Amino acid sequence: MIHRFKNNGYNIVLDVNSGAVHLVDEMCYRMLGLLDQDSETMEEACPPEILSALSGEYTKTEILELYDELLYLHRAGHLFSSDDYGQFADKMGLSPLKAMCLHVTHDCNLRCKYCFAGQGVYGGEKKLMSREVALSAIDFLVEKSQGRRNLEIDFFGGEPLMNFDVIKKTVEYGRSLEKKHNKVFRFTTTTNGVLLGDEAADFLNREMNNVVLSLDGRREVNDAMRPNAGGRGSYDAIVPKYQHFVRIRGDKDYYVRGTFTKNNLDFANDVLHMNELGFDQISVEPVVSDPKLDFSIRQEDLPAVFDEYDRLARIMLERKKAGKGFNFFHFMIDLEQGPCAIKRLRGCGCGNEYAAVDPGGDVYPCHQFVGQPEWKMGSVLTGEYDLEMKGRFARSTVYDKPECRKCWAKFYCSGGCNANNQQYMGDILRSHKLSCELEKKRLECAIMIQAALSEG
Amino acid sequence: MKHVKTINKQNLKETAVKGGCGECQASCQSACKTSCTVANQKCEK
Repeated sequence: MIHRFKNNGYNIVLDVNSGAVHLVDEMCYRMLGLLDQDSETMEEACPPEILSALSGEYTKTEILELYDELLYLHRAGHLFSSDDYGQFADKMGLSPLKAMCLHVTHDCNLRCKYCFAGQGVYGGEKKLMSREVALSAIDFLVEKSQGRRNLEIDFFGGEPLMNFDVIKKTVEYGRSLEKKHNKVFRFTTTTNGVLLGDEAADFLNREMNNVVLSLDGRREVNDAMRPNAGGRGSYDAIVPKYQHFVRIRGDKDYYVRGTFTKNNLDFANDVLHMNELGFDQISVEPVVSDPKLDFSIRQEDLPAVFDEYDRLARIMLERKKAGKGFNFFHFMIDLEQGPCAIKRLRGCGCGNEYAAVDPGGDVYPCHQFVGQPEWKMGSVLTGEYDLEMKGRFARSTVYDKPECRKCWAKFYCSGGCNANNQQYMGDILRSHKLSCELEKKRLECAIMIQAALSEG
Repeated sequence: MKHVKTINKQNLKETAVKGGCGECQASCQSACKTSCTVANQKCEK
């Protein structure tokens, strides 16, 4: 299978099963378009229909020479390579639990209008996770992680810093177990910044492998969607805190992360604004919401969104070449040393190697399932853990999802978000089409940037 | 090559044979929380 596309003046061909990316000239682009894009083989001799289709513009010698070039790439495994991954997908069973989203707070000090967590309470009541539940969650993770060494805890909410003491105690407890159990805890926090004072900033900087700082971009964009309980925008209160935090952060990981909606389809301006504020690790993502809501991105918005991704990619490329590059999460792609093919078969790990724990200690497949009783899969207090449900998620590979199986992007998104699939398509195995289209466009931009940089 | 420039050398198939150690980051923990991109993650090996 190949995927060919044009972007920013480049003719790009991705060989899906090998991951090879080729820049090709116009003649080659046309010839490839005449071949079956889903093929895993090439005929030894140039098919007569290709000769005849191109013979008006090119000589027979030129056509045969190009076909031989493509045949050489095919034989080397870089073009129309075979799909051998089904055998691995069939063998994929339950994995040890290694990553946990800890909902330390079901409450929030902002009232973001697009919040999937329903102002932080996930359809329930305001609640803080107790120290007992948090430490039990750590024990639960250590036990279920079996031989996995690297364990991840993300402090999440609501707004996690509203329960800062429990975060501190949880980190302290995790660290105390590392040597005894031969584990390494990688802590992360996602925060809206309202409570990011000096003490919290120093602590997060010291203990967190990654910190995700929520901000939507320009003041008017951010404040329209991210007001506090009194209706006042949050931009002025949080931006100086983020700037201070990023200054002390040095080279350690962080993201300033925003959401764009139908109200700011010119979201590249928000990305660029964040960069102007001094942030160089940026993620701005499309809102995922009920299409009936007035800020939702719908199918008819896609052409505008795609144009904006293209514009952002071109600007980022210019800045990179000028020595002023910055990272945009969804345009980051490693074509040489990225994750292995096995990792790519089932991506996010939701429900299998990843789980979320609510403030009462109930376990769910991921943070987006929290608050839906039918998706409760255990409790860190009782040790209960639904292996049947875990098995359903373990088997949600790209080969188990009909739309993914035939999609060129499957080894880059790894089947997308199971929670989105469930919420909008009614089945974790049915792909959420809108998310897929956005992801494919971002991948094309990401590959184009790498292709352009390879040209110098 | 006259018509084609290949820009990367990685072959995903080779990574399938040696891969699957499971020590790399769960992708949803990275930054997104609402979407899934895996190709931007690092291999731990």
